[in-house]
Amino acid sequence: MSTERTVKISLQDVRKSFGARHVLNGINLDIKPSEVIAFIGSSGSGKSTLLRCINLLETIDDGAILLDGIDISEPGLNPDPYRRRIGMVFQNFNLFPHMTVLENIALAPRKVLGQSKKEADDHARELIDRLGLSDRADGYPDQLSGGQQQRVAIARSLAMNPEVMLLDEITSALDPELVGEVLDVVRELKSNGMTMLLATHEMGFAREISDRVCFLHQGQVLECAPPAEFFSQPQHERTQQFLQRVTDAGRL
Amino acid sequence: MSQPGVTRRQAFERRQKRRSVLIALTSTVIVIGLVVALVPQTPGWYKVKRSFFNGEVFNDTFSKLLSAFVKDIQIFLWCAPCILIWGMTLAVCRSVRTPALFPLRLFATAYTDIFRGIPVILTILLVGFGIPGLGLSRPWNSPYLWGSVALVLAYSSYVAEVFRAGIESVHESQRAGARSLGLSSGQTLQFVILPQAVRRVIPPLMNDFVSLQKDVALISLIGPIEILRQAGIDKSKYANFTPYVGAAIIFLLLTIPETRFVDHLMTRERRRTSGTAVR
Ligand SMILES: Nc1ncnc2c1ncn2[C@@H]1O[C@H](COP(=O)(O)OP(=O)(O)OP(=O)(O)O)[C@@H](O)[C@H]1O
Ligand SMILES: [Mg+2]
Repeated sequence: MSTERTVKISLQDVRKSFGARHVLNGINLDIKPSEVIAFIGSSGSGKSTLLRCINLLETIDDGAILLDGIDISEPGLNPDPYRRRIGMVFQNFNLFPHMTVLENIALAPRKVLGQSKKEADDHARELIDRLGLSDRADGYPDQLSGGQQQRVAIARSLAMNPEVMLLDEITSALDPELVGEVLDVVRELKSNGMTMLLATHEMGFAREISDRVCFLHQGQVLECAPPAEFFSQPQHERTQQFLQRVTDAGRL
Repeated sequence: MSQPGVTRRQAFERRQKRRSVLIALTSTVIVIGLVVALVPQTPGWYKVKRSFFNGEVFNDTFSKLLSAFVKDIQIFLWCAPCILIWGMTLAVCRSVRTPALFPLRLFATAYTDIFRGIPVILTILLVGFGIPGLGLSRPWNSPYLWGSVALVLAYSSYVAEVFRAGIESVHESQRAGARSLGLSSGQTLQFVILPQAVRRVIPPLMNDFVSLQKDVALISLIGPIEILRQAGIDKSKYANFTPYVGAAIIFLLLTIPETRFVDHLMTRERRRTSGTAVR
């Protein structure tokens, strides 16, 4: 009972392989409500895969993923009711190219939540304004800059009023100025108490926004600590090496 | 060097355009000139001209051909929507991933394999003579009906393949984007995958429908008097092939504007949704 209140998402020995390649090798992690977790790790370490598993876009081979104490990874379970509670923003935006910005954002609220067109459009416009896209509402994704597309993708997920947001390298396609804008959005979400899991290569971003930073290595969470601690006194040798490499590359 | 009010780019593009128009015109004139000059030199030209391009026969038969062509258009018009619906249904059946619906997928696959493998003309002959041969009574033994059914059976298998290619060409990430928002797989198909798939396959689809427009004439083999049959009748009557040329012209009058129109639609759609065209 008490776990339901203190743990929003629980990852229990989550395993996933693609053929012979073991990508997730027993991930264990409890995420508290309103907590912001940053996953870092070298390219190919499985950050995106983990987020996709939590969003039930990939089935896991073993272990369990619990949302509010309910095992959502159970084979045969209809994933749709859980997906709408978990928003995901993709590394490559995945916007719908045949729809305008407004239509992209209003689609799911109308079709999944059954909102009226007006209701969905009004809410979408609110989000569009909030993310500074007011003049692009009727444009198509291909006519927008990468940063604008990313903000549309965030707005699209937010339109479903999710309880948890999964953000997969949402700043990787943005110039520094736009990173700031997107960061503002994420900061605002955090202050509203949104539970967020984000994968990132931007250590500054991880340090600034997260409550805990988790280092993914060879399919496992090697180390998980508040950013101050994580960056100043990494416990694991692997973590130290990784941070050293990042520092050398000037990305800290 | 640039004229007033014209940027360097515009001037360049104008020059380019003038040049390509010039090249196209010159080559066309040369080719046509050669044909006009050389073909009449051939020994059989006089006879061919009389039996294929006979003005009198043309004037006598053209209007009758036109009214017979109305029949072709009618058959086309009721077949086309049936083909679209049935072809789309087959394509969707072939694209379902739920293991429980495997039989549906198997059926759709077998269907397309079979009807794509049989020449349309054979399907028309088999269905058109076979089914009325069951001894059906009045409205149910009409060659129009069974000829149309044969066309729908055959063409829906082609169209299903085109739709399926379109569905598969939509990147997996679109599905992920839609499913992550909580859309069901049916909604994802309906609102995200199919609209993109259909847009992409409009040109190949149009090709199929231009072919259908022509293949309607094959129904003449099982009885109905449509344009090809009418042309055959006139050919025998006048002992002259000009009616066939007339029929060909009538087909072109319809199919060429059709394809132009679709090209136009496609260009407009591309301009609307994308940024600048890459040269
Ligand atoms: N659908 C798939 N089929 C096969 N292998 C896959 C698939 N998806 C991911 N992988 C593999 O799983 C591993 C982890 O990929 P993932 O995308 O999760 O890494 P990542 O940590 O997000 O990397 P990056 O920082 O570059 O985004 C990689 O080796 C990748 O090649
Ligand atoms: Mg990734």
